[in-house]
Amino acid sequence: MQKLIDLLQWGPDGWLDELASGTAVTIGLALATLPIGIAAGFIVALGKQSTDPLIRASAHLYTTVFRGLPELLTLFIVYYGAQFAVSAASRALVGAPLEISPFLAGMVALGLVLSSYASEVFLSAFRAIPREQAEAGFALGLTHSQVMRRVILPQLIRIALPGLSNQWLLLLKDTALVSVITLNDLIRETQVAVSSTKEPFFFYAVACAIYLLLSVISSAGIWRIDRWASRGTAK
Amino acid sequence: MGLAGNGKVSDGAATLRPAPAGRLNNVTPAGIALLALWAIIGAGVAYGLAASLNAEGLANYGPRILAGYLTTLELVVLSFAVGVVLSVPIAAGRLSRNRLAGGLAYAYSYFFRGSPLIAQIFLIYYGAGQFVPELKAAGLWWFFKNSFYCAVFAFALNTAAYQAEILSGAIRNVAPGQRETAAALGLHPRITMRKIILPQALISALRPYANEVVLLAKASAIASIVTVLDLMGQTRFAYSKTYDLSFYFWAAVLYLATVEIFSHGVNFVERRITRHLKR
Repeated sequence: MQKLIDLLQWGPDGWLDELASGTAVTIGLALATLPIGIAAGFIVALGKQSTDPLIRASAHLYTTVFRGLPELLTLFIVYYGAQFAVSAASRALVGAPLEISPFLAGMVALGLVLSSYASEVFLSAFRAIPREQAEAGFALGLTHSQVMRRVILPQLIRIALPGLSNQWLLLLKDTALVSVITLNDLIRETQVAVSSTKEPFFFYAVACAIYLLLSVISSAGIWRIDRWASRGTAK
Repeated sequence: MGLAGNGKVSDGAATLRPAPAGRLNNVTPAGIALLALWAIIGAGVAYGLAASLNAEGLANYGPRILAGYLTTLELVVLSFAVGVVLSVPIAAGRLSRNRLAGGLAYAYSYFFRGSPLIAQIFLIYYGAGQFVPELKAAGLWWFFKNSFYCAVFAFALNTAAYQAEILSGAIRNVAPGQRETAAALGLHPRITMRKIILPQALISALRPYANEVVLLAKASAIASIVTVLDLMGQTRFAYSKTYDLSFYFWAAVLYLATVEIFSHGVNFVERRITRHLKR
Protein backbone atom coordinates (compact mmCIF):
# COMPACT_ATOMS: atom_id res chain seq x y z
CA MET A 1 0.00 0.00 0.00
CA GLN A 2 2.81 2.40 0.93
CA LYS A 3 4.38 1.59 -2.42
CA LEU A 4 1.22 2.70 -4.24
CA ILE A 5 1.03 5.91 -2.24
CA ASP A 6 4.67 6.61 -3.13
CA LEU A 7 3.81 6.19 -6.80
CA LEU A 8 1.35 9.05 -6.49
CA GLN A 9 3.92 11.62 -5.36
CA TRP A 10 4.63 14.88 -7.07
CA GLY A 11 8.03 15.05 -8.73
CA PRO A 12 10.46 12.73 -10.48
CA ASP A 13 9.73 9.67 -8.28
CA GLY A 14 5.95 9.85 -8.35
CA TRP A 15 3.43 10.13 -11.17
CA LEU A 16 1.08 12.76 -9.79
CA ASP A 17 2.62 15.56 -11.85
CA GLU A 18 2.30 13.50 -15.06
CA LEU A 19 -1.32 12.69 -14.27
CA ALA A 20 -1.97 16.35 -13.51
CA SER A 21 -0.54 17.49 -16.84
CA GLY A 22 -2.63 14.83 -18.60
CA THR A 23 -5.71 16.05 -16.76
CA ALA A 24 -4.92 19.59 -17.86
CA VAL A 25 -4.75 18.44 -21.50
CA THR A 26 -8.07 16.58 -21.11
CA ILE A 27 -9.77 19.64 -19.63
CA GLY A 28 -8.14 21.92 -22.19
CA LEU A 29 -9.34 19.80 -25.10
CA ALA A 30 -12.89 19.62 -23.71
CA LEU A 31 -12.98 23.37 -23.03
CA ALA A 32 -11.59 24.18 -26.47
CA THR A 33 -14.14 21.93 -28.19
CA LEU A 34 -17.16 23.13 -26.21
CA PRO A 35 -17.71 26.61 -27.74
CA ILE A 36 -17.10 25.37 -31.29
CA GLY A 37 -19.44 22.44 -30.89
CA ILE A 38 -22.16 24.51 -29.23
CA ALA A 39 -21.96 27.27 -31.85
CA ALA A 40 -21.98 24.79 -34.73
CA GLY A 41 -24.84 22.89 -33.10
CA PHE A 42 -26.85 26.10 -32.82
CA ILE A 43 -26.31 26.89 -36.50
CA VAL A 44 -27.29 23.34 -37.50
CA ALA A 45 -30.43 23.66 -35.34
CA LEU A 46 -31.31 26.89 -37.18
CA GLY A 47 -30.74 25.00 -40.43
CA LYS A 48 -33.17 22.29 -39.36
CA GLN A 49 -35.87 24.94 -38.97
CA SER A 50 -35.17 26.71 -42.23
CA THR A 51 -38.02 27.27 -44.66
CA ASP A 52 -35.73 25.92 -47.38
CA PRO A 53 -36.19 22.13 -47.58
CA LEU A 54 -32.67 21.69 -48.97
CA ILE A 55 -31.10 23.40 -45.95
CA ARG A 56 -33.28 21.28 -43.66
CA ALA A 57 -32.23 18.12 -45.45
CA SER A 58 -28.54 19.07 -45.28
CA ALA A 59 -28.78 19.81 -41.56
CA HIS A 60 -30.56 16.53 -40.83
CA LEU A 61 -28.01 14.62 -42.90
CA TYR A 62 -25.22 16.21 -40.84
CA THR A 63 -26.80 14.95 -37.62
CA THR A 64 -27.50 11.50 -39.04
CA VAL A 65 -23.89 11.05 -40.14
CA PHE A 66 -22.05 12.34 -37.08
CA ARG A 67 -24.46 10.86 -34.58
CA GLY A 68 -24.38 7.49 -36.32
CA LEU A 69 -20.62 7.07 -36.67
CA PRO A 70 -18.56 5.71 -33.77
CA GLU A 71 -16.66 8.65 -32.22
CA LEU A 72 -13.43 6.71 -32.62
CA LEU A 73 -14.04 6.28 -36.35
CA THR A 74 -14.82 9.98 -36.79
CA LEU A 75 -11.58 10.75 -35.00
CA PHE A 76 -9.55 8.43 -37.25
CA ILE A 77 -11.16 9.76 -40.43
CA VAL A 78 -10.49 13.36 -39.38
CA TYR A 79 -6.94 12.62 -38.19
CA TYR A 80 -5.73 10.40 -41.03
CA GLY A 81 -7.80 12.27 -43.63
CA ALA A 82 -6.35 15.62 -42.56
CA GLN A 83 -2.89 14.10 -42.39
CA PHE A 84 -3.30 12.77 -45.91
CA ALA A 85 -4.58 16.10 -47.25
CA VAL A 86 -2.11 18.29 -45.35
CA SER A 87 0.94 16.22 -46.19
CA ALA A 88 -0.04 16.11 -49.86
CA ALA A 89 -0.61 19.88 -49.92
CA SER A 90 2.49 20.78 -47.92
CA ARG A 91 4.70 18.47 -49.96
CA ALA A 92 3.51 20.27 -53.07
CA LEU A 93 3.89 23.73 -51.53
CA VAL A 94 6.81 23.54 -49.10
CA GLY A 95 8.50 20.37 -50.25
CA ALA A 96 8.33 18.70 -46.83
CA PRO A 97 5.34 17.03 -45.18
CA LEU A 98 3.81 18.91 -42.25
CA GLU A 99 2.50 17.09 -39.18
CA ILE A 100 -1.09 17.50 -38.14
CA SER A 101 -1.63 18.21 -34.46
CA PRO A 102 -3.59 15.50 -32.62
CA PHE A 103 -5.07 18.23 -30.43
CA LEU A 104 -6.55 19.98 -33.45
CA ALA A 105 -7.78 16.72 -34.98
CA GLY A 106 -9.38 15.82 -31.66
CA MET A 107 -11.01 19.23 -31.45
CA VAL A 108 -12.48 18.95 -34.94
CA ALA A 109 -13.70 15.35 -34.52
CA LEU A 110 -15.20 15.90 -31.06
CA GLY A 111 -16.66 19.20 -32.30
CA LEU A 112 -18.44 17.40 -35.14
CA VAL A 113 -19.90 14.86 -32.73
CA LEU A 114 -20.84 17.44 -30.10
CA SER A 115 -22.48 19.78 -32.63
CA SER A 116 -24.66 17.02 -34.07
CA TYR A 117 -25.97 16.11 -30.63
CA ALA A 118 -26.24 19.73 -29.48
CA SER A 119 -28.27 20.62 -32.57
CA GLU A 120 -30.97 18.16 -31.48
CA VAL A 121 -30.95 19.69 -27.99
CA PHE A 122 -31.36 23.19 -29.45
CA LEU A 123 -34.03 22.01 -31.88
CA SER A 124 -36.25 20.61 -29.16
CA ALA A 125 -35.63 23.73 -27.07
CA PHE A 126 -36.73 25.92 -30.00
CA ARG A 127 -39.87 23.82 -30.33
CA ALA A 128 -40.61 24.23 -26.64
CA ILE A 129 -40.88 28.01 -27.00
CA PRO A 130 -44.37 29.04 -28.12
CA ARG A 131 -44.31 30.89 -31.44
CA GLU A 132 -46.44 33.63 -29.88
CA GLN A 133 -43.31 34.74 -28.01
CA ALA A 134 -41.68 35.73 -31.30
CA GLU A 135 -44.90 37.14 -32.71
CA ALA A 136 -45.38 39.31 -29.62
CA GLY A 137 -41.84 40.57 -30.03
CA PHE A 138 -42.47 41.52 -33.66
CA ALA A 139 -45.76 43.15 -32.66
CA LEU A 140 -43.79 45.35 -30.27
CA GLY A 141 -41.65 46.44 -33.20
CA LEU A 142 -38.50 44.52 -32.34
CA THR A 143 -36.24 43.56 -35.21
CA HIS A 144 -35.50 39.98 -36.12
CA SER A 145 -32.15 39.96 -34.30
CA GLN A 146 -33.65 41.69 -31.25
CA VAL A 147 -36.36 39.04 -31.01
CA MET A 148 -33.74 36.32 -31.24
CA ARG A 149 -31.44 37.93 -28.68
CA ARG A 150 -33.91 39.35 -26.17
CA VAL A 151 -36.91 37.03 -26.39
CA ILE A 152 -35.89 33.64 -27.74
CA LEU A 153 -32.32 33.13 -26.53
CA PRO A 154 -32.82 33.71 -22.78
CA GLN A 155 -35.59 31.10 -22.75
CA LEU A 156 -33.69 28.82 -25.12
CA ILE A 157 -30.63 28.71 -22.87
CA ARG A 158 -32.73 27.78 -19.86
CA ILE A 159 -34.59 25.02 -21.70
CA ALA A 160 -31.50 23.66 -23.48
CA LEU A 161 -29.25 23.73 -20.42
CA PRO A 162 -29.95 20.24 -19.02
CA GLY A 163 -29.38 18.69 -22.46
CA LEU A 164 -26.22 20.69 -23.06
CA SER A 165 -24.87 19.82 -19.60
CA ASN A 166 -25.30 16.19 -20.49
CA GLN A 167 -23.35 16.79 -23.69
CA TRP A 168 -20.55 18.41 -21.71
CA LEU A 169 -20.24 15.33 -19.49
CA LEU A 170 -20.19 13.09 -22.57
CA LEU A 171 -17.59 15.32 -24.20
CA LEU A 172 -15.37 15.12 -21.14
CA LYS A 173 -15.42 11.33 -21.39
CA ASP A 174 -15.05 11.27 -25.17
CA THR A 175 -11.77 13.20 -24.95
CA ALA A 176 -10.26 9.95 -23.63
CA LEU A 177 -10.38 8.59 -27.19
CA VAL A 178 -7.81 11.13 -28.31
CA SER A 179 -5.13 9.18 -26.43
CA VAL A 180 -5.32 6.72 -29.35
CA ILE A 181 -3.95 9.34 -31.74
CA THR A 182 -1.07 10.04 -29.30
CA LEU A 183 -2.30 13.19 -27.60
CA ASN A 184 -0.87 13.26 -24.07
CA ASP A 185 -4.18 13.39 -22.25
CA LEU A 186 -4.98 11.75 -18.92
CA ILE A 187 -5.38 8.27 -20.42
CA ARG A 188 -2.11 8.42 -22.27
CA GLU A 189 -0.18 9.72 -19.27
CA THR A 190 -1.72 6.86 -17.31
CA GLN A 191 -0.51 4.41 -19.96
CA VAL A 192 2.99 5.82 -19.60
CA ALA A 193 2.83 5.41 -15.84
CA VAL A 194 1.55 1.85 -16.24
CA SER A 195 4.24 0.83 -18.67
CA SER A 196 7.01 1.88 -16.30
CA THR A 197 5.50 0.84 -12.97
CA LYS A 198 3.59 -2.34 -14.01
CA GLU A 199 0.66 -1.28 -11.84
CA PRO A 200 -2.17 -1.13 -14.41
CA PHE A 201 -5.06 -1.78 -12.02
CA PHE A 202 -4.03 0.96 -9.61
CA PHE A 203 -3.32 3.62 -12.24
CA TYR A 204 -6.41 3.01 -14.37
CA ALA A 205 -8.48 3.11 -11.19
CA VAL A 206 -6.85 6.46 -10.36
CA ALA A 207 -7.63 7.70 -13.89
CA CYS A 208 -11.29 6.66 -13.49
CA ALA A 209 -11.37 8.45 -10.15
CA ILE A 210 -10.00 11.64 -11.73
CA TYR A 211 -12.69 11.51 -14.45
CA LEU A 212 -15.33 10.99 -11.76
CA LEU A 213 -13.95 13.96 -9.86
CA LEU A 214 -14.15 16.07 -13.03
CA SER A 215 -17.82 15.14 -13.51
CA VAL A 216 -18.59 15.92 -9.87
CA ILE A 217 -16.97 19.35 -10.27
CA SER A 218 -18.83 19.87 -13.56
CA SER A 219 -22.14 19.01 -11.94
CA ALA A 220 -21.51 21.62 -9.28
CA GLY A 221 -20.68 24.19 -11.96
CA ILE A 222 -23.73 23.23 -14.01
CA TRP A 223 -25.93 23.67 -10.94
CA ARG A 224 -24.68 27.24 -10.55
CA ILE A 225 -25.21 28.02 -14.25
CA ASP A 226 -28.69 26.54 -14.05
CA ARG A 227 -29.52 28.76 -11.12
CA TRP A 228 -28.28 31.76 -13.08
CA ALA A 229 -30.28 30.81 -16.18
CA SER A 230 -33.47 30.24 -14.20
CA ARG A 231 -33.31 33.57 -12.42
CA GLY A 232 -36.62 35.33 -12.78
CA THR A 233 -38.62 32.15 -13.23
CA ALA A 234 -41.10 30.87 -10.68
CA LYS A 235 -39.77 27.97 -8.64
CA MET B 1 -53.36 37.13 -41.34
CA GLY B 2 -53.59 40.35 -39.43
CA LEU B 3 -49.88 40.86 -39.05
CA ALA B 4 -48.95 40.20 -42.65
CA GLY B 5 -48.42 43.89 -43.39
CA ASN B 6 -45.02 43.78 -41.73
CA GLY B 7 -42.67 41.74 -43.86
CA LYS B 8 -40.52 40.85 -40.87
CA VAL B 9 -43.38 39.11 -39.13
CA SER B 10 -43.84 36.32 -41.63
CA ASP B 11 -40.09 36.16 -42.10
CA GLY B 12 -39.34 35.86 -38.40
CA ALA B 13 -42.16 33.46 -37.70
CA ALA B 14 -41.02 31.35 -40.62
CA THR B 15 -37.53 30.80 -39.26
CA LEU B 16 -38.97 29.80 -35.90
CA ARG B 17 -41.38 27.26 -37.41
CA PRO B 18 -40.52 25.20 -40.50
CA ALA B 19 -42.81 25.28 -43.49
CA PRO B 20 -44.66 22.04 -44.23
CA ALA B 21 -42.18 19.52 -45.60
CA GLY B 22 -42.18 18.47 -49.21
CA ARG B 23 -42.66 21.86 -50.79
CA LEU B 24 -39.91 23.05 -53.06
CA ASN B 25 -41.04 26.66 -53.46
CA ASN B 26 -38.71 27.95 -50.71
CA VAL B 27 -35.45 26.72 -52.19
CA THR B 28 -32.64 29.24 -51.79
CA PRO B 29 -29.14 29.36 -53.32
CA ALA B 30 -27.70 28.59 -49.87
CA GLY B 31 -29.73 25.41 -49.70
CA ILE B 32 -28.60 24.35 -53.17
CA ALA B 33 -24.99 25.08 -52.23
CA LEU B 34 -25.22 23.06 -49.01
CA LEU B 35 -26.83 20.09 -50.67
CA ALA B 36 -24.29 20.31 -53.49
CA LEU B 37 -21.53 20.20 -50.88
CA TRP B 38 -23.01 17.02 -49.43
CA ALA B 39 -23.40 15.59 -52.93
CA ILE B 40 -19.72 16.29 -53.66
CA ILE B 41 -18.64 14.68 -50.38
CA GLY B 42 -20.90 11.71 -51.07
CA ALA B 43 -19.60 11.35 -54.61
CA GLY B 44 -16.00 11.57 -53.38
CA VAL B 45 -16.58 8.87 -50.80
CA ALA B 46 -18.43 6.71 -53.33
CA TYR B 47 -15.60 7.13 -55.82
CA GLY B 48 -13.01 6.20 -53.19
CA LEU B 49 -15.04 3.17 -52.18
CA ALA B 50 -15.46 2.04 -55.78
CA ALA B 51 -11.77 2.60 -56.55
CA SER B 52 -10.75 0.42 -53.61
CA LEU B 53 -12.95 -2.40 -54.85
CA ASN B 54 -10.15 -3.99 -56.83
CA ALA B 55 -9.67 -7.75 -56.88
CA GLU B 56 -6.54 -7.66 -54.74
CA GLY B 57 -7.92 -5.52 -51.92
CA LEU B 58 -11.18 -7.44 -51.93
CA ALA B 59 -9.44 -10.81 -51.73
CA ASN B 60 -7.04 -9.67 -48.99
CA TYR B 61 -9.30 -7.65 -46.76
CA GLY B 62 -12.92 -8.26 -47.81
CA PRO B 63 -13.36 -11.44 -45.71
CA ARG B 64 -11.52 -9.81 -42.80
CA ILE B 65 -13.79 -6.76 -42.76
CA LEU B 66 -16.85 -9.01 -42.97
CA ALA B 67 -15.57 -11.17 -40.11
CA GLY B 68 -14.93 -7.98 -38.14
CA TYR B 69 -18.47 -6.82 -38.79
CA LEU B 70 -19.83 -10.10 -37.42
CA THR B 71 -17.56 -9.77 -34.37
CA THR B 72 -18.96 -6.29 -33.75
CA LEU B 73 -22.53 -7.63 -33.93
CA GLU B 74 -21.62 -10.46 -31.53
CA LEU B 75 -19.96 -7.99 -29.17
CA VAL B 76 -23.02 -5.73 -29.09
CA VAL B 77 -25.64 -8.48 -28.80
CA LEU B 78 -23.74 -10.38 -26.10
CA SER B 79 -22.91 -7.37 -23.95
CA PHE B 80 -26.41 -5.94 -24.27
CA ALA B 81 -27.94 -9.28 -23.24
CA VAL B 82 -25.64 -9.64 -20.25
CA GLY B 83 -26.33 -5.99 -19.44
CA VAL B 84 -30.09 -6.66 -19.35
CA VAL B 85 -29.57 -9.38 -16.75
CA LEU B 86 -27.17 -7.28 -14.65
CA SER B 87 -29.36 -4.19 -14.83
CA VAL B 88 -32.34 -5.79 -13.06
CA PRO B 89 -30.80 -6.00 -9.55
CA ILE B 90 -29.21 -2.56 -10.01
CA ALA B 91 -32.55 -1.03 -11.02
CA ALA B 92 -34.15 -2.77 -8.04
CA GLY B 93 -31.49 -1.14 -5.86
CA ARG B 94 -32.15 2.28 -7.40
CA LEU B 95 -35.86 1.89 -6.62
CA SER B 96 -35.34 0.35 -3.20
CA ARG B 97 -36.19 2.22 -0.03
CA ASN B 98 -33.26 0.47 1.65
CA ARG B 99 -30.50 3.06 2.10
CA LEU B 100 -27.64 0.58 1.62
CA ALA B 101 -29.07 -1.03 -1.54
CA GLY B 102 -29.90 2.37 -2.96
CA GLY B 103 -26.43 3.74 -2.18
CA LEU B 104 -24.64 0.77 -3.70
CA ALA B 105 -26.73 0.87 -6.87
CA TYR B 106 -26.20 4.62 -7.17
CA ALA B 107 -22.43 4.27 -6.67
CA TYR B 108 -22.26 1.53 -9.33
CA SER B 109 -24.27 3.58 -11.75
CA TYR B 110 -22.27 6.75 -11.05
CA PHE B 111 -18.91 5.03 -11.52
CA PHE B 112 -19.76 3.39 -14.83
CA ARG B 113 -21.55 6.41 -16.24
CA GLY B 114 -19.04 8.95 -14.96
CA SER B 115 -15.77 7.55 -16.27
CA PRO B 116 -14.82 6.85 -19.89
CA LEU B 117 -15.48 3.37 -21.24
CA ILE B 118 -11.93 3.22 -22.57
CA ALA B 119 -10.57 3.62 -19.03
CA GLN B 120 -12.91 0.90 -17.80
CA ILE B 121 -11.75 -1.54 -20.49
CA PHE B 122 -8.10 -0.79 -19.69
CA LEU B 123 -8.82 -1.26 -16.01
CA ILE B 124 -10.31 -4.70 -16.63
CA TYR B 125 -8.10 -5.99 -19.45
CA TYR B 126 -4.69 -4.69 -18.35
CA GLY B 127 -5.62 -4.70 -14.68
CA ALA B 128 -6.39 -8.42 -14.87
CA GLY B 129 -2.85 -9.00 -16.14
CA GLN B 130 -1.61 -7.96 -12.72
CA PHE B 131 -3.53 -10.72 -10.93
CA VAL B 132 -2.58 -13.72 -13.07
CA PRO B 133 -1.74 -16.10 -10.18
CA GLU B 134 -4.92 -15.22 -8.30
CA LEU B 135 -7.08 -15.49 -11.42
CA LYS B 136 -5.44 -18.79 -12.35
CA ALA B 137 -6.09 -20.10 -8.86
CA ALA B 138 -9.73 -19.05 -9.19
CA GLY B 139 -9.93 -20.71 -12.61
CA LEU B 140 -10.84 -17.43 -14.32
CA TRP B 141 -7.67 -16.69 -16.25
CA TRP B 142 -8.99 -18.23 -19.51
CA PHE B 143 -11.69 -15.55 -19.39
CA PHE B 144 -9.54 -12.50 -18.59
CA LYS B 145 -6.69 -13.34 -20.95
CA ASN B 146 -9.10 -13.17 -23.89
CA SER B 147 -9.53 -9.58 -25.05
CA PHE B 148 -12.94 -10.32 -26.60
CA TYR B 149 -14.32 -11.66 -23.31
CA CYS B 150 -12.83 -8.71 -21.45
CA ALA B 151 -14.48 -6.30 -23.88
CA VAL B 152 -17.85 -8.03 -23.48
CA PHE B 153 -17.39 -7.94 -19.71
CA ALA B 154 -16.53 -4.23 -19.65
CA PHE B 155 -19.33 -3.29 -22.09
CA ALA B 156 -21.86 -5.36 -20.14
CA LEU B 157 -20.92 -3.70 -16.83
CA ASN B 158 -21.08 -0.30 -18.52
CA THR B 159 -24.38 -0.77 -20.35
CA ALA B 160 -25.91 -2.35 -17.23
CA ALA B 161 -25.45 0.99 -15.45
CA TYR B 162 -27.25 2.88 -18.23
CA GLN B 163 -29.95 0.21 -18.59
CA ALA B 164 -30.60 0.27 -14.85
CA GLU B 165 -31.26 4.02 -15.09
CA ILE B 166 -33.60 3.47 -18.06
CA LEU B 167 -35.49 0.67 -16.33
CA SER B 168 -35.80 2.36 -12.94
CA GLY B 169 -36.80 5.64 -14.59
CA ALA B 170 -39.48 3.93 -16.68
CA ILE B 171 -40.90 2.10 -13.67
CA ARG B 172 -40.92 5.30 -11.63
CA ASN B 173 -42.77 7.11 -14.42
CA VAL B 174 -45.74 4.73 -14.45
CA ALA B 175 -48.62 6.68 -12.94
CA PRO B 176 -48.92 5.93 -9.18
CA GLY B 177 -52.64 5.34 -9.59
CA GLN B 178 -51.89 2.13 -11.46
CA ARG B 179 -50.14 0.60 -8.48
CA GLU B 180 -52.76 1.92 -6.04
CA THR B 181 -55.59 0.49 -8.13
CA ALA B 182 -53.87 -2.88 -8.27
CA ALA B 183 -53.40 -2.79 -4.49
CA ALA B 184 -57.07 -1.89 -4.03
CA LEU B 185 -57.99 -4.91 -6.15
CA GLY B 186 -55.92 -7.05 -3.79
CA LEU B 187 -53.27 -8.03 -6.33
CA HIS B 188 -49.98 -9.35 -5.01
CA PRO B 189 -47.13 -6.82 -5.47
CA ARG B 190 -45.24 -9.28 -7.65
CA ILE B 191 -48.24 -9.78 -9.93
CA THR B 192 -48.75 -6.01 -9.99
CA MET B 193 -45.17 -5.52 -11.14
CA ARG B 194 -45.33 -8.24 -13.79
CA LYS B 195 -48.79 -7.67 -15.19
CA ILE B 196 -49.40 -3.96 -14.65
CA ILE B 197 -46.27 -1.89 -14.07
CA LEU B 198 -43.70 -3.57 -16.31
CA PRO B 199 -45.80 -3.76 -19.51
CA GLN B 200 -46.40 -0.01 -19.35
CA ALA B 201 -42.87 0.83 -18.27
CA LEU B 202 -41.26 -1.24 -21.02
CA ILE B 203 -43.27 0.49 -23.75
CA SER B 204 -41.99 3.88 -22.63
CA ALA B 205 -38.49 2.41 -22.19
CA LEU B 206 -38.34 1.04 -25.73
CA ARG B 207 -36.86 4.18 -27.26
CA PRO B 208 -34.22 4.74 -24.54
CA TYR B 209 -33.28 1.06 -24.83
CA ALA B 210 -32.90 1.45 -28.60
CA ASN B 211 -30.72 4.53 -28.03
CA GLU B 212 -28.60 2.51 -25.66
CA VAL B 213 -28.13 -0.21 -28.30
CA VAL B 214 -26.98 2.44 -30.76
CA LEU B 215 -24.60 4.01 -28.23
CA LEU B 216 -23.24 0.55 -27.41
CA ALA B 217 -22.75 -0.29 -31.09
CA LYS B 218 -20.78 2.93 -31.55
CA ALA B 219 -18.79 2.42 -28.35
CA SER B 220 -17.95 -1.16 -29.39
CA ALA B 221 -15.34 0.34 -31.74
CA ILE B 222 -13.26 0.96 -28.60
CA ALA B 223 -12.74 -2.81 -28.29
CA SER B 224 -10.32 -2.51 -31.21
CA ILE B 225 -7.90 -0.67 -28.89
CA VAL B 226 -7.48 -3.78 -26.74
CA THR B 227 -6.72 -5.84 -29.88
CA VAL B 228 -10.23 -7.19 -30.52
CA LEU B 229 -10.55 -7.64 -34.28
CA ASP B 230 -14.03 -6.19 -34.61
CA LEU B 231 -15.06 -4.06 -37.59
CA MET B 232 -12.92 -1.19 -36.33
CA GLY B 233 -10.01 -3.51 -35.50
CA GLN B 234 -9.99 -5.14 -38.93
CA THR B 235 -10.29 -1.71 -40.53
CA ARG B 236 -7.30 -0.42 -38.57
CA PHE B 237 -5.37 -3.55 -39.54
CA ALA B 238 -6.16 -3.07 -43.23
CA TYR B 239 -5.20 0.62 -43.01
CA SER B 240 -1.92 -0.14 -41.27
CA LYS B 241 -1.00 -2.52 -44.10
CA THR B 242 -2.11 -0.39 -47.06
CA TYR B 243 -2.41 3.24 -45.88
CA ASP B 244 -5.62 3.25 -47.89
CA LEU B 245 -8.13 5.62 -46.25
CA SER B 246 -11.06 4.05 -48.09
CA PHE B 247 -11.12 1.22 -45.54
CA TYR B 248 -12.24 3.74 -42.94
CA PHE B 249 -14.99 4.89 -45.27
CA TRP B 250 -16.13 1.31 -45.75
CA ALA B 251 -16.31 0.95 -41.98
CA ALA B 252 -18.23 4.25 -41.78
CA VAL B 253 -20.78 3.03 -44.34
CA LEU B 254 -21.25 -0.26 -42.49
CA TYR B 255 -21.65 1.38 -39.06
CA LEU B 256 -24.02 4.05 -40.39
CA ALA B 257 -26.16 1.62 -42.37
CA THR B 258 -26.47 -0.73 -39.40
CA VAL B 259 -27.38 2.02 -36.96
CA GLU B 260 -29.88 3.62 -39.35
CA ILE B 261 -31.61 0.33 -40.23
CA PHE B 262 -31.85 -0.52 -36.55
CA SER B 263 -33.26 2.90 -35.56
CA HIS B 264 -35.85 2.86 -38.32
CA GLY B 265 -36.84 -0.68 -37.37
CA VAL B 266 -37.36 0.41 -33.76
CA ASN B 267 -39.41 3.42 -34.89
CA PHE B 268 -41.65 1.09 -36.87
CA VAL B 269 -42.08 -1.29 -33.93
CA GLU B 270 -42.79 1.60 -31.57
CA ARG B 271 -45.51 2.97 -33.85
CA ARG B 272 -47.11 -0.49 -33.99
CA ILE B 273 -47.10 -1.21 -30.27
CA THR B 274 -48.30 2.24 -29.20
CA ARG B 275 -51.28 2.30 -31.56
CA HIS B 276 -53.66 1.90 -28.63
CA LEU B 277 -52.20 5.01 -26.95
CA LYS B 278 -52.80 7.37 -29.89
CA ARG B 279 -55.69 9.74 -29.51
